[in-house]
Amino acid sequence: MTDFKIVVCMKVVPKPEEIRVDPETRRLERSQVRSEFNPPDMNALEMALRLKDLYNARVIILSMGPAFFEPYLRIGLAMGADEAFLLSDRRFAGADTLATTYTLAKGIEKLGHPDLIICGEESSDGATGQVPPGLAEWLGIPQITLVTDIEMDLEQRVVRGRREVRGGHEMLEVPTPAVISVKTASNEPRFMDYEIKDKAFKQTKIGVWSCEDIEADEGYIGVPGSPTIVTGFEQATIRERKREFLPGARDEVVRRLLESIQDYL
Amino acid sequence: MVASLYGVEDEQKAIWVFLEQMEGEVERVSLEILSKGRQLADEAGWSLVGLLLGHQVSDQAERMVAYGADEVWLAVHPLLEYFTVDAYAHVVEQAMLKGRPSVFLCGATPNGRDLAGRLAVRLRTGLNADCTDLRLNPENGMLTSEVTGFGGGVLALLESPHHRPQMSTVRPGVFPMGEEDPNREGHVHEMEFELAEGMIHTKLIQRVVGEGVDLTQTPVLVCGGRGIEGKFDMLQEFAHLMNGEVGATRPPVDEGHIERERQVGQTGVVCRPKVAFACGISGAFHFVVGIQDADIVVAINSDPNAPIFEYTDFCIVDDALQFVPALIEAIQMDRATAND
Ligand SMILES: Cc1cc2nc3c(=O)[nH]c(=O)nc-3n(C[C@H](O)[C@H](O)[C@H](O)COP(=O)(O)OP(=O)(O)OC[C@H]3O[C@@H](n4cnc5c(N)ncnc54)[C@H](O)[C@@H]3O)c2cc1C
Ligand SMILES: Cc1cc2nc3c(=O)[nH]c(=O)nc-3n(C[C@H](O)[C@H](O)[C@H](O)COP(=O)(O)OP(=O)(O)OC[C@H]3O[C@@H](n4cnc5c(N)ncnc54)[C@H](O)[C@@H]3O)c2cc1C
Repeated sequence: MTDFKIVVCMKVVPKPEEIRVDPETRRLERSQVRSEFNPPDMNALEMALRLKDLYNARVIILSMGPAFFEPYLRIGLAMGADEAFLLSDRRFAGADTLATTYTLAKGIEKLGHPDLIICGEESSDGATGQVPPGLAEWLGIPQITLVTDIEMDLEQRVVRGRREVRGGHEMLEVPTPAVISVKTASNEPRFMDYEIKDKAFKQTKIGVWSCEDIEADEGYIGVPGSPTIVTGFEQATIRERKREFLPGARDEVVRRLLESIQDYL
Repeated sequence: MVASLYGVEDEQKAIWVFLEQMEGEVERVSLEILSKGRQLADEAGWSLVGLLLGHQVSDQAERMVAYGADEVWLAVHPLLEYFTVDAYAHVVEQAMLKGRPSVFLCGATPNGRDLAGRLAVRLRTGLNADCTDLRLNPENGMLTSEVTGFGGGVLALLESPHHRPQMSTVRPGVFPMGEEDPNREGHVHEMEFELAEGMIHTKLIQRVVGEGVDLTQTPVLVCGGRGIEGKFDMLQEFAHLMNGEVGATRPPVDEGHIERERQVGQTGVVCRPKVAFACGISGAFHFVVGIQDADIVVAINSDPNAPIFEYTDFCIVDDALQFVPALIEAIQMDRATAND
């Protein structure tokens, strides 16, 4: 094993299509909802595991969330990650992105100095995409976001990433340590490895860390550390559509359609 | 409680808009935000300030006055010619600590999000991401941002009452762009600031940027999904006849049939065309959010039970690979007869 160390930030999210807003309380109804790994974070893990294949890097999963995240982290271990840590403390709850990035940064500091921190593009719940740049800022290191591919130069201690921008892409180079966010779907995450699955699910210990363990300042975590207040949720009203099925043979349907849309063009 | 670097007590009653530029041209989303900012500033009696960073961009500063800014803060430096988050964050931070605006807005573009994400942490303030609407309460100066979550199914209203600036990134295409008024008066203020090579750790090695397409402005959007089996040439021909653009769901993008910048939906572009066509698309929520603001949706799917029909005005149960060519032929015939 080299001393090349990668932290992958992963989050567990409710399946977006199952979330409802209670019209009375204007709160989210999460109780009946199934969870999954935030799909973009699988791309982040895959990118890290490819670097492990290439350079024998050590891959560590880091997540902030409640205890029920633990079995999900084991999926990551079964895919090939070496260790997993969960930042879990009631006081972390209610965090906006400022408090979330502070907490994750404290966790990363406790893990020692990784060369890369790899995140997903955005979560499928809050979907702010603010965690990667925020983390980089707390850690005082550079970032390359929305990369589809990266290249390491371990000698020079730099990382190059191909980043998507409007109308094309750019190649950026930054010194390590650095934060990377991976463009969703830019790789094909591997399946669990059945040879290590048993160990991952039964033996490997997942480190669970509290506020004290990461030496976090209580004023910077959870609700006190969050400037943002959610004043209410609403179910997005999906516009009512006509749902008119155009009948007839193909040629007739073509005619009907061209007439129907004419007024809107 | 975490405190921002400056607070409500020493804020200026101003809305600041970060004017993102590429190759010396201010991006459309920045003009959209200026126009919304103008409206909010007028309602509250505040001033509207544009912040422009770049190298050869002075001519753009005057234009921003014509688009509604009362003042433009201009930062000119060779190191600002191309966006790097290091350089831009340094300069914008200095500007904000001088100007102390109550509100700071920027486009939810890749660069806008990078910049805002770092600045919010540096200034220890809240940041509302990818907003679809903004309100400013003239009584108490509170900014309320509407954002979507859970793949577009849920709206949330966010505020940062005790921290300044109140920061939001705004989704491209949600606010209409204003008219340029050459008679508007305003002031361009050249900033003094510190910036040196040593502060920048990002090296731009290569940049391959073409014209790019802007799907947010097209009147007709012709989207293809997995069901069209990569036949985007056919859709291109149809889109061309309709004066429109081609979009796609994620699978054909992942399979390399079409450029990623044409992906429509939650992790792609959100469009508001007059007419949107969905050809061979099942109707996943992640996709539907991208066309939910279309005036009219037409879907062609061989499966009568495809979920897409729930979100469709004119539903066509047919093989898209045969229906679209028939449609193209009919339009061409109509035009040929009209020209006779
Ligand atoms: C509908 C909705 C809207 C919201 N809007 C805002 C807002 O505008 N501003 C705001 O400050 N907060 C907002 N929040 C709260 C925000 O979701 C949380 O602060 C969350 O902890 C982090 O943000 P994110 O999910 O947007 O992450 P993103 O920045 O979208 O996530 C990017 C990547 O960061 C990593 N990551 C994110 N969270 C974790 C975690 N807990 N553990 C490990 N890795 C992680 C993952 O790799 C992920 O792919 C919103 C929440 C909801 C439900
Ligand atoms: C975090 C995340 C973000 C995502 N973001 C996006 C996004 O931004 N945009 C997006 O599009 N997707 C996104 N997705 C993927 C999304 O969930 C769906 O998987 C995707 O939209 C499905 O694409 P599709 O409808 O083309 O394919 P499918 O679901 O496979 O549907 C193909 C459809 O074509 C029909 N069909 C087949 N043959 C024919 C024919 N000859 N003629 C007519 N109809 C035919 C079938 O009946 C079927 O309904 C995201 C997913 C995740 C997890």
